[in-house]
Amino acid sequence: MAAAVPVQRGAAVGSSRIARSGAQARPAAAVRVSQRSVVTKAQQKREMMMWEALREGLDEEMERDPTVCLMGEDVGHYGGSYKVSNGLYKKYGDMRLLDTPICENGFLGMGVGAAMTGLRPIVEGMNMGFLLLAFNQISNNCGMLHYTSGGQFKVPMVIRGPGGVGRQLGAEHSQRLESYFQSIPGVQLVAVSTVANAKALLKSAIRSDNPIIFFEHVLLYNVKGEVHPGDYCQCLERAEMVREGTDVTIFCYSRMRYVVMQAVAELEKQGYNPEVIDLISLKPFDMETISKSIKKTRKAIIVEECMKTGGIGASLSAVIHESLFNELDHEVLRLSSQDVPTSYAYDLEAATIVQPEKVIEAVHKVCGVRAGV
Amino acid sequence: MLALAGGALRASLGARALAAGGASLRGYGTTLGVEGDVLTAEVNPFKTHRIDPPSTTVSATKAELLQYFRDLYRLRRMEISADMLYKAKAIRGFCHLYDGQEAVIVGLEAALNHKDSIITSYRDHATHVMRGGTVLEVIAELMGRTKGASKGKGGSMHMYRRQTNFFGGQGIVGAQVPLGAGLALAHQYKGEGGVAVAMYGDGAANQGQIFESFNMAALWDLPCIFVCENNHYGMGTAEWRAAKSPAFYTRGDYMPGMNCDGMDVLAVRQAFAYAKEYAVANGPIVLEMDTYRCPIVLEMDTYRYHGHSMSDPGSTYRTRDEISSIRQQRDPIEHVRKLLVDNGLAEASELKAIEKEVKAEIDGAIEEAKAAAHPEAKELWTNIYQDDLGMTLRGIESNHKHKYA
Repeated sequence: MAAAVPVQRGAAVGSSRIARSGAQARPAAAVRVSQRSVVTKAQQKREMMMWEALREGLDEEMERDPTVCLMGEDVGHYGGSYKVSNGLYKKYGDMRLLDTPICENGFLGMGVGAAMTGLRPIVEGMNMGFLLLAFNQISNNCGMLHYTSGGQFKVPMVIRGPGGVGRQLGAEHSQRLESYFQSIPGVQLVAVSTVANAKALLKSAIRSDNPIIFFEHVLLYNVKGEVHPGDYCQCLERAEMVREGTDVTIFCYSRMRYVVMQAVAELEKQGYNPEVIDLISLKPFDMETISKSIKKTRKAIIVEECMKTGGIGASLSAVIHESLFNELDHEVLRLSSQDVPTSYAYDLEAATIVQPEKVIEAVHKVCGVRAGV
Repeated sequence: MLALAGGALRASLGARALAAGGASLRGYGTTLGVEGDVLTAEVNPFKTHRIDPPSTTVSATKAELLQYFRDLYRLRRMEISADMLYKAKAIRGFCHLYDGQEAVIVGLEAALNHKDSIITSYRDHATHVMRGGTVLEVIAELMGRTKGASKGKGGSMHMYRRQTNFFGGQGIVGAQVPLGAGLALAHQYKGEGGVAVAMYGDGAANQGQIFESFNMAALWDLPCIFVCENNHYGMGTAEWRAAKSPAFYTRGDYMPGMNCDGMDVLAVRQAFAYAKEYAVANGPIVLEMDTYRCPIVLEMDTYRYHGHSMSDPGSTYRTRDEISSIRQQRDPIEHVRKLLVDNGLAEASELKAIEKEVKAEIDGAIEEAKAAAHPEAKELWTNIYQDDLGMTLRGIESNHKHKYA
């Protein structure tokens, strides 16, 4: 074990609010614009894959704040099973990039204990499904300690890892646990979908004083895109407008954003103009953005990879029906995964999750089939 | 064949059930002598695993012994008062009392300081007080009042004191132990010295996450003292009915361990001083391992007089004889009283005066707790997140919005 890293206690994290409030994020954006004029052209084009963006965000935050550390299975010498911490142990040492034994319950609890003392641990679940072994720590400790201690303790930790249906990984490694976690009071759920938001949201999550469960998607690590320049953080509680439209609002998150956009490309040809919103924050929901959009389009479709029963879509649909009933011209449609374990077989797996054709059908159903389709 | 084997198993369990339980009746240690204000005594022997034991000859001054007497009596009186308040329905829900086990926390605090961190199970009232909390905070928390340790939002199992590194009271049996390893990790990470104490009971000792924590702590040489408070019953299940090996101090395998008379404050103090030195500084003489800092398992042989919780009369799985024998032969308060009085260090009346003072303190705390305010309705919505997140939390009716805080 490397010697303890001397930590400058005074150098603890600055305001996590930078990440929080849109109002405060804006001045930072303004600074960015002025910086942009001086950066070189090469720096402007910052295209990379999502795993590289996450790694860069992690690296920047670890450099910025000595209390930030990453622990999990194979995060150090191996480099992370999806390369998110690739090579970082060489820079930060074995203590800040802590390779744990395979014991999710144990090391997640250890992360909670460390977070209670003021460290900012990021705990990587090699696969979201494995975190079920640590469910008690996430629910009873992570989520509720702040409340049960009457506000004395906070748990500033990030629990992150890949979830979602991959390519024939079998049922246990294709888990969508967001529905399991959504009813835990005190945790925030954030799902990333693009290279830009993956990095900017990870940075915000690390700076947040709340426990954040951070959903990456096993099939998105290699998508390419550009990251924001500079020390850019994105508000954890705000949904992202993907495409403005007028006919219907399609809510989605994580990989389903791409499935929806595939459908939208076809729908555009058919003359539809749907609005697409990436929820980002699965708990709490950004009701401001959601209700503004519904008041405009008066129709809502939810597309998720979560299960139909008790999923994120179930919660969101209930909220929309409860609070925006009079704004709706059509009942909310939910396109979710079938309530079955995820098959290994290719065709069965594909039939388990939502495909673009289903989104197109749903838009037809809600908006009516246009002439010529 | 299987049925026969099952029958044989039941028969053997039945036979063991008739034998004595795991609780031992080893009695008090012996006094060696008094010189001036200093008493020297021989405590019951330590049993060790992969480590040499500390000396069984211990000394304490009159002032120390008087302080231990006061602490022990204060905890006992608080718990007995909680019992009465529970029976009067002023305290509801779960309530796990610590009477009988007081020497563990008093001895621990005599050896450690508040830079060291502690996390414990749900039997946490005494821990809160010995970490510098007040009896009022405990009683008010039990009564769900704002003056409670957690403003009435935690209850019996969730008391904390951040300013003295008391990380709580945890309700899920055994789940606090990985957090304890995390506290130890933080001690190492920050390099500020100190040791983390992760406490659990003999029931929790069979939880898988305890072994996960042992492994990580030993692997990384975390400054951690794992403390198994063995009161010999996990709720109503005797230790030997739940653990293949009830020698809990040996269950760290590669990790050193020590069993100590947890009813004797002097033995406990000696064990913790030794364990801290071992876990934080370079260890003392080690038989089978290199000398370097390392976590250690301490098993405290102790006993709870009350049932597991208020709904447990505590008599279906153990005999009344067993309880009264331990009260007569190993009671931690009577032990210190005897040390003081029999060796001429204090008059019986002096101790009575302390008892009277403590009673007055606790009666006062109860009155103050009873008069304390209940949490306001708005507290329902506070301490969920660190700040308001710039949004509202939805109540059960769709038009009810609450500000997070």
